[in-house]
Amino acid sequence: MMADLFRPDLAVIASLIPEGSRVLDLGCGNGDLMVMLRERGCTGTGVDMNPDRVLACLRRGVDVIELDLDTELGEFGDDSYDFVVLSRTLQTVHNPRAVLTEMRRIALHSVVSMPNFAHWRNRLRLLRGRMPMSKDLPYRWYDTPNLHYSSLPDLEPLFTQLGMKIDKRIPLDADGHPHRFGNVAANLVASSSLYLLHAKR
Amino acid sequence: MGKRNCNNGPVSSIDSGSVGVVETHSVRLFDDGLTTRSGTVLPVVEVAYETYGTLNEARSNAIYICHALTGDAHAAGFHEGDDRPGWWENMIGPGKPIDTNQWFVVSSNILGGCQGTTGPSSMNPETGEPYGLDFPLLDMRDFVAVHRGLAAELGIERFAAVVGGSLGGMQVLQWAMDHPRDMGRALIFAASSRLTAQNIAFSAVGRQAIMRDSGFNEGKFLSRGTAPRKGLSVARMLAHITYLSEEAFQEKFGRNAQQGELSGNFGIDFAVESYLEYQGERFLSRFDALSYLYLTRVLDYFDPFAATDALDLLKADPVRFLLVSFTSDWRFSTEHSRRIVRHLEGARIPTSFREIESRWGHDSFLLDLPDYHATVRAYLDRAAEEIA
Repeated sequence: MMADLFRPDLAVIASLIPEGSRVLDLGCGNGDLMVMLRERGCTGTGVDMNPDRVLACLRRGVDVIELDLDTELGEFGDDSYDFVVLSRTLQTVHNPRAVLTEMRRIALHSVVSMPNFAHWRNRLRLLRGRMPMSKDLPYRWYDTPNLHYSSLPDLEPLFTQLGMKIDKRIPLDADGHPHRFGNVAANLVASSSLYLLHAKR
Repeated sequence: MGKRNCNNGPVSSIDSGSVGVVETHSVRLFDDGLTTRSGTVLPVVEVAYETYGTLNEARSNAIYICHALTGDAHAAGFHEGDDRPGWWENMIGPGKPIDTNQWFVVSSNILGGCQGTTGPSSMNPETGEPYGLDFPLLDMRDFVAVHRGLAAELGIERFAAVVGGSLGGMQVLQWAMDHPRDMGRALIFAASSRLTAQNIAFSAVGRQAIMRDSGFNEGKFLSRGTAPRKGLSVARMLAHITYLSEEAFQEKFGRNAQQGELSGNFGIDFAVESYLEYQGERFLSRFDALSYLYLTRVLDYFDPFAATDALDLLKADPVRFLLVSFTSDWRFSTEHSRRIVRHLEGARIPTSFREIESRWGHDSFLLDLPDYHATVRAYLDRAAEEIA
């Protein structure tokens, strides 16, 4: 595992998932989270579309299924996993509502994280008339894979609307660590936010 | 064991990535005969096989190769005096994705075939004549039974991986479902768990071409000195169309004339016609019409997920699966592979799946496509690490 690619938020996600769970990691990258979870006795599958990342997963013994999150999540059965993880990927799918709806069908529990567009630095950049750029939003407008931007108060009602109850909200700092302010002024200080959700059945 | 380690090193005229000169071995299995799924006993079962690489002391580095419809035991290397390598030379060899520096590879001809393993053209010991249509209808599980017989003969209890494309992949699937303890990993390329009506239709026309040929003689053509040559070559020509994509045909031939310019006749005027003619003719020298009937029929009936308890054994002893499909394969499209993935992954069997971008149709699994080979390599390198 390359140290410069290590994402502290993955350790936070792993800590939310009980040992022995069966986990589906949507947008699994090179399999870091699944490797971390494997050490905790979890099983499961990664999903990614990038050939290099899929190869990295296979090489590391992480099972990976290549498919399109926007159109092909129907391949997974109802309640076929204990947890579905969608970390820093929701903003890149075409239809976040549809993806979240599929997630709540596939597993009772979900972990979702998303960059916070309303972070104070982003607000400052906007006030100066520039588009936000940060560690969590590192792209220029023309080369970003991000299709959707949201703040915490704009994101959370969507979960509720889709019958996903927020069990936990963990605001993260720019490095992916839980923010030292916790939930105080989260929409201002969190660079991204992590949610533990459960589907109302 | 010496004779099984037939890797004699590279020959000067051959790439260093080749296992070099190899030979096909033959062994007789099942002292008490083999009872096929149909209930018929085959008193004699001979199997042709080849091996590449060296079996380690722990006997843990073996990989079994299952071939497709018209393949044979000669998967890699060169037969003495032959300049054409085995059919999967780009996949198997030193430094290849199935690396013979690491793996001991076993490749055999399937039951019902015509390349050294007992089949419908073999002699029926009861009559002293070739079986013909008295040979029993076969089932995917009969192929597996013979593979397992050979494994026992070679003293291999468990394969690190069993690998196959198309019909080969279907054998891998059946084998893993029925005897999951026989293998650590199952690699299945461009295969299907259930043919569609269109697949069966193509099969049926191929068989009709053979059986309606006056040389077929109710399947007794070997004893009567005839052969359904026209039928078999037409069957091959038809099947060959389904092995390539429309784009592949277009790119290879377009509307090119075979000679100079199109002249307007019912002969072989277009280049693609000449190609099919050549494929049909070449097939006659290496394949048997009866084997073609028997083997294609096994594909038609294959439906391993039909039983509700089909995956019980695998659930108890999971095998790791890698499924690969190819974008332009319309014989066994990606949906065929996805169906297998849905069943396996849905039963919580560890399963990986990739759809590889390829323009070449069903035959892609035989080609040296970088992304495909990198996938197999990554998967098997991990397997090697696990057995080390």
